[in-house]
Amino acid sequence: MSHEVMHHPGINLGPAHGEANEIAKTMLFGFWAFLMSDAILFGMVFASYVTSVHATAGGPGPKDLYNIRSAFIETLLLLASSFTFGMASLALKYKHSKTRLVQWLLVTLLLGMAFLGFEVHDFLTMIAKGGTPERSGFISAFFDLVPLHGLHVTGGCIWLICLIGQMARYGIDTQVKLGVLRLALFWHFLDIVWIAIFTIVYLGGLA
Amino acid sequence: MSTAPFSPPLLGRLGWDSLPFYHMLQDPTRENLVNGCIAGGAALIVVFGTIIVFALITKYRKWGILWQWMTSPDHKKIGIMYVVIALVMLARALIEAWLMRLQQAFGLGGGFLSANHFAQLFSTHGTIMIFFMVMPFLIGLINCVMPQQIGARDVSFPVLNSISLGLTAAGAALVMVSLVLGHFSTGGWFGYPPYTEASFSPGVGPDYWIWALVLSGLGSTFTGINFAVTIYKERAPGMKLMHMPLFTWTSLCTAIMMIFAMPPLTVAMGQLGLDRYLGFHFFTNTLGGNMMHFANLFWLFGHPEVYILILPAFGVFSEVFATFSGKALFGYKSLVMATMCIAILSFTVWLHHYFTMGQGADINAVFGIASMLIGIPTGVKIYDWMWTMFRGRVRFTTPMIYSIAFIFLFVLGGMSGILLANPSIDYQVHNTVFLVAHFHNVAVPGVLFGMLAGYTFWFPKAFGFRLNERWGKLSAWCWIFGFMLAFFPLYALGIMGLPRRSAGYTQSSYVPLEAVAFVGACLVVAALAALVIQIWVSIRDRDQNRVPAGDPWDGRSLEWANAAPAPEYNFAVIPTVSGRDSFTTAKENGTAYRKPDKYLDIKVPRNSVMGPAAGAIGFFLAFGLVWHIWWLVIAGFIAAVAAMIGRGFARDTTRTIPAAQVRWEYERWLDVVAAAHAISRADENKPVNQGLAAQPPVGAAP
Amino acid sequence: MIDQTHDTESAAARQRGWRREFRSYAWGVGLALVLTLVPFALVNWGVMARKALFITIGAFALVQMIVHFRFFLHIGFHQKREDLQLILFSTLLLFLMVAGTIWIMASLAGRMAVPMHMPPAYP
Repeated sequence: MSHEVMHHPGINLGPAHGEANEIAKTMLFGFWAFLMSDAILFGMVFASYVTSVHATAGGPGPKDLYNIRSAFIETLLLLASSFTFGMASLALKYKHSKTRLVQWLLVTLLLGMAFLGFEVHDFLTMIAKGGTPERSGFISAFFDLVPLHGLHVTGGCIWLICLIGQMARYGIDTQVKLGVLRLALFWHFLDIVWIAIFTIVYLGGLA
Repeated sequence: MSTAPFSPPLLGRLGWDSLPFYHMLQDPTRENLVNGCIAGGAALIVVFGTIIVFALITKYRKWGILWQWMTSPDHKKIGIMYVVIALVMLARALIEAWLMRLQQAFGLGGGFLSANHFAQLFSTHGTIMIFFMVMPFLIGLINCVMPQQIGARDVSFPVLNSISLGLTAAGAALVMVSLVLGHFSTGGWFGYPPYTEASFSPGVGPDYWIWALVLSGLGSTFTGINFAVTIYKERAPGMKLMHMPLFTWTSLCTAIMMIFAMPPLTVAMGQLGLDRYLGFHFFTNTLGGNMMHFANLFWLFGHPEVYILILPAFGVFSEVFATFSGKALFGYKSLVMATMCIAILSFTVWLHHYFTMGQGADINAVFGIASMLIGIPTGVKIYDWMWTMFRGRVRFTTPMIYSIAFIFLFVLGGMSGILLANPSIDYQVHNTVFLVAHFHNVAVPGVLFGMLAGYTFWFPKAFGFRLNERWGKLSAWCWIFGFMLAFFPLYALGIMGLPRRSAGYTQSSYVPLEAVAFVGACLVVAALAALVIQIWVSIRDRDQNRVPAGDPWDGRSLEWANAAPAPEYNFAVIPTVSGRDSFTTAKENGTAYRKPDKYLDIKVPRNSVMGPAAGAIGFFLAFGLVWHIWWLVIAGFIAAVAAMIGRGFARDTTRTIPAAQVRWEYERWLDVVAAAHAISRADENKPVNQGLAAQPPVGAAP
Repeated sequence: MIDQTHDTESAAARQRGWRREFRSYAWGVGLALVLTLVPFALVNWGVMARKALFITIGAFALVQMIVHFRFFLHIGFHQKREDLQLILFSTLLLFLMVAGTIWIMASLAGRMAVPMHMPPAYP
């Protein structure tokens, strides 16, 4: 197994990256603490969802609104994007070419945007079937939880584009490396939240 | 003047009726006139106060310095600005409290305030005291002191610190603006729906409340992360966790609690916002809403929040008791364990805020027992502090007066809390002023006395001169007796049946107790006046009371081991620590005030516009949301995103202070120390105190 | 610029390190894929009783989360103490808050005269 000392969660750059490795200890710990607060935030929204899932007020319920195929595709897209971001992280750590790093990041971005595309389509379909948040507490809770995750993914995509922009301007300097490390944590975290979403919301609703 | 808004696309729902004197002019009944004059008067104070402040800054050409401060990433400056916000908001909320007590003194049969006005008063009083007085006060104290206590140069994320300050200031500004435009929520500081839903409160009040809390909550979340990471990662070499001063320990636990307690508040506010703005059904009466969700979410935040408020005060008391008894803190380990127990237990008791709202007796019992358990670690702390004083050489300075009063009065408040923790008892007194008495009994002698003691204790460190002791003591005594007179009657009134938040009442037996409470409120206002006079006199006499050597109280921890005021980078050379009370140890060994072998260049962060930008953007975004000025909301959102992206592209964000300059400043301070006259504790409140302590005589208690 | 000046490891050692970490990601995505396919299949082809199904897909979700933590986030017991403390503390608090909420809301729903919005399974 690895004998490396893990200074912080996520991929550790190692001593070959000098200053970035040192600063990462504090930066990443701080970002990890932020993710923990975000986890609690999601947890409370999940709790709201779970305790509202029967509050359909005579309106459409999970079985009327959810589409298992769509949820499955979204899951695969996000999982793939986690893997591709992992490849990007490796390209950064092992100092492969800048092109390689950017390529993996762009693939991740495309997968993320595809995920969002499917999600937006899902929401529009639900609304067309009468599943609007104004209809019931259940649909309100759905539209709090899943779009909250989607907004986080959107933020991640924008951040990714900005990082590529910073790379174009400054090359892969310390700030860029720290940005990639933190975005990696963020991205994997969002995939973990998605596991909870597809399990509790989609599979739980359709079972 | 019509009630129609001026121009919906441009100014949202702003209209003539947004002005505080509108109803008074439209319908001049006696009640409207009285309420309108009070509301209008308050609005005028805000407007003229702002104009006067701007005029003075312009007259004395201080805009440059103000901008330097606002963009500063220095934790000491940020801390001072936080405390300034706290003191200004304290003044407003205290006047509101006095007004409420006045109303209730004349409340038999109705009084002079309308129910609506009274409701706004208790809502702003509570909201301000918690979110815009105590939170900024404790964050300010921790900011000023904690990095110095751990031998660090700054917090881990200095610009984030500045952003937190900006967000908090924006929230406070929003609450102040609500005095001038529109009105505040009438739903109390915890704003339960469905009353605060759009169907029952369609006006701007609850929106002001929601966005003020969101701004403050975001600021606090970032602060919590900042402080926790700082304490974990920036401690001086050799300072293990069990060597940290107690104030740092309580800061750590407070910070961790902030990280975990703020999210439920954000969720509650977000969901209420979605209900109000987009017609969702989280908490509505119909279509599947469930108002108990809100109570649950809010108190998941609210209970840890009150422990967030009290823990830093406990930290202050630990420092004050040890320093002014001339003794090491008794039972350090038990104090640390008690602090951690309180922090964790605080997340297990939240239901006791709504015992009466319908859940089963089994759940009530579990949370009741947990609530009683939390009294145990607090009790341990009280004993530890008393044992610290025992056989010490106790000096009755202002901070010590607050601390000793705290011991007596907080224990009473805590005991009333244990009473309330029993669901059967709580059913009798829930929603009466008994509860109001309880939480003020722990908040005032606990939190506020701790903040004021900390303010007095560390003021010389921050500004380089001592506060006037006479006015300080006067203020303390007025606070103590004012508090007792204002709140002890409320215990009786609560049991006699007076509900909380009622403007008037019909039982004549309440009147004598209400009168006593009003006298107490007047004493409290006198205490506030004494504080104001104290600061004025202290600034006037500052040259006589300077303590440039930096250690006016014979302090025990590292924050006293540098100049007062401290240099930008805190320590010329980061100290190496090997135990608790490291400064006392150094003084006893003769290793304090030594010249180091070598000075290094020091890298410090540059000033950044992000802090004021966050404040301005936050304020305008929130204002737009409150008044439905959608173009402002969109613009604010774009500005926020642009600012974050822009900051990501920033590169040259530090500057270097050359070693030569560090050396020059440090050795100039050492010269001051060498020239200073070391004083005994008997002289610590006299002008002869230059901040250098003579070592206590042989045979004094360790 | 990509920093080459501090690079003291040999190219072979770096290649070994890359392979090791790549394998971590590969195992991660492989396991996660399986742990995703099974629950979706179980729900799609509806072969299990409801309660058992919930428990099963819940267990798969928990295991997959651990897979993500281990293989993508490299969280393990060789972590620095404060990182582990933070995760464990967060998990504890998350559990208290979510379980507490569900317990409280279920109790409230169970005691409403009008049939409310919770499943009748509350004991």
